Amino acid sequence: MGVEEIPKETLLEIYRTMHKIRTYEETLAKWYYEGKSPRFDISAGPIPGELHLSSGQESAAVGVCVHLKDEDAVMGTHRAHHFAIAKGVDLKKMTAEIFGKATGLSGGKGGHMHLFDAAKNFSCSGIVGASFPQAVGVGIAAKLKGEDYVAVAVGGDGAANQGTFHEALNLAALWKLPVIFLIEDNGWAISVPKDKSTAVAKNSERAKAYGIPGVSVDGADVIAVYEVAKEAVERARRGEGPSLIEVRTYRLRGHFEGDPQLYRPKEDFELAKEKDPLANFRKLLLEKGIATEEELARIEEENEREVREAIDFALNSLYPEPEEALKGVFAGGE
Amino acid sequence: MARKLPMYKAIAEAIAQEMERDENVFVMGEDIGAYGGIFGATNGLLEKFGPERVRDTPISESAFIGAALGAASKGMRPIVELMFVDFFGVAMDQIYNHIAKAHYMSGGQVRMPIVITTAIGGGYSDAAQHSQCLYGLFAHVPGLKIVIPSNSYDAKGLMISSIRDDNPVMYFFHKGLMGLGWMPSPDEAAVEVPEEPYTVPIGEAKVVREGDDVTIATVSRMVYEALWAAEELEKDGISAEVIDLRTLVPLDKETLVNSVRKTGRLLVVDEDYMSYGMSGEIIATVVERIGNELRALPRRIAYPDIPVPYSRVLERFVLPDKEKIVKTVKDMVG
Ligand SMILES: Cc1ncc(C[n+]2csc(CCOP(=O)(O)OP(=O)(O)O)c2C)c(N)n1
Repeated sequence: MGVEEIPKETLLEIYRTMHKIRTYEETLAKWYYEGKSPRFDISAGPIPGELHLSSGQESAAVGVCVHLKDEDAVMGTHRAHHFAIAKGVDLKKMTAEIFGKATGLSGGKGGHMHLFDAAKNFSCSGIVGASFPQAVGVGIAAKLKGEDYVAVAVGGDGAANQGTFHEALNLAALWKLPVIFLIEDNGWAISVPKDKSTAVAKNSERAKAYGIPGVSVDGADVIAVYEVAKEAVERARRGEGPSLIEVRTYRLRGHFEGDPQLYRPKEDFELAKEKDPLANFRKLLLEKGIATEEELARIEEENEREVREAIDFALNSLYPEPEEALKGVFAGGE
Repeated sequence: MARKLPMYKAIAEAIAQEMERDENVFVMGEDIGAYGGIFGATNGLLEKFGPERVRDTPISESAFIGAALGAASKGMRPIVELMFVDFFGVAMDQIYNHIAKAHYMSGGQVRMPIVITTAIGGGYSDAAQHSQCLYGLFAHVPGLKIVIPSNSYDAKGLMISSIRDDNPVMYFFHKGLMGLGWMPSPDEAAVEVPEEPYTVPIGEAKVVREGDDVTIATVSRMVYEALWAAEELEKDGISAEVIDLRTLVPLDKETLVNSVRKTGRLLVVDEDYMSYGMSGEIIATVVERIGNELRALPRRIAYPDIPVPYSRVLERFVLPDKEKIVKTVKDMVG
């Protein structure tokens, strides 16, 4: 299968979402540094706390989520904006959440690492490796209810060294659950390179131990991700069980904003630019004559407007009432 | 010779000096090598001691904290860093069922000279999975010593004591006291620290300010909120004594009880959750001994029993602080 066999609308949709994610995150980064100069203070400005951006890794989210329906679950990590956007989470509410506003997805209680959108079956967590067993549970529910939805558990290459990953793979394989284990391999777990933390070169190889399919794919090529994910999603929907996909990507930015990245060799930054999936896909669309410069420019403008509107919405929203902090620990009451 | 050091440098210096003194001491954890620890507690150690004794680990807390037990059983003195205390869940079995109980269950055959260092505290919008204190939860488990320094002098002396102790010690440092460039910290936390190694005994509280009308007992960053409150209360003619408990297990009951006997009033300030925790324990400790000598009911200001909200306005509302202390003390004395 090649790019020629994919409908043009799908290809443009992929481009639109990837570009939206990039535009969104680069804009968010600018707002993050607002109020944090001349001295960087993590607690200052309109977006306090940690911020982990996914620039350079868009293909992993878009290549997979384009095959998903609202009923399918995506369980993301601390670095999850790209998956949230690709899963269709409302950009305005998500931005308001990141700005800590009452209009946010969770009224300001969750924040950047804890985005929840039940309608889109999207969630994420600040705990590395938390998604894997949780996705197994979604798979159990699908089986018990006789539904055909699937769950995608996202984790970094670092997360694949967590016990939860191995326990969940075994369980999903044993019970033939509709789960896709998606390892986003950007080569780093904060400052620790993968070859200093992981005994196998490719996490996809770990699938063998559990008797399930495992594929490693180059994240610089969103179509390659699209194809691999298509197969895994269809397999899961047919009731044939879990798959493991490793998407090899590069981080264009630091682990978190403000990360001086002193541990990172120069070549890695260069590779990140070279392997930029957005730039590559744009080039491909033009070279193959799938889209014109004007068509892409229109999409880009629309994205920029949408992002601007989301930021404006967040900025113009009110903060929650302080007393709200005390409410909502339990369901069914205050 | 003494010089002013931020807490993170004092901790790293203590570890370095113990590593020089005793070749059995080594360090493991995530990003503790080239990065020097996310909060700087292992700053410069990799350069001095190399990757065999300063081991960057995969994100496999259960494995590397459990490994500390094995190493200790062979005479090593491991220091392991759990990056944020909030992540303890993935490794808790190794900590509370094994490391904490090995000495007792083995009838004293096995010793566990392990230091588990970990970061605590909120106040910078890192939300519910990165802002907890949780020392009360560990203090609840028999067999773990609990150390919580509030300034760089104590941090160094208590670290050296912890490393030399033949028992497992949980060493909690507050992110907002470390003196990192990017994380605000009270200036008072960076004090003069002698260059040569010295110890601060585990199990000795410190009266950090003398007073007659009320005893404020607390730990960690709340020591400063209490001291600032005491200054303000002084303007109203109220004299507050502030006790930095420094260690919760063992607890220096004598210093605590003597102080409350003198002042007749007790307020406990705690950044950890209110229920079933440190604040209740301290009040019970005092009431059981001298309840009949109190001039007012003991009070507590603790973090309410809710997850830590992300939005700044919500978090500020619930964190204990100077204003809440001033108001409560006035209630008690007035
Ligand atoms: C259980 C747990 N341990 C450690 C951390 C701290 N931490 C947050 S992100 C991270 C690195 C994650 O690396 P990876 O899984 O490869 O994802 P990436 O950041 O590269 O996207 C670490 C160690 C955490 N959040 N949870």
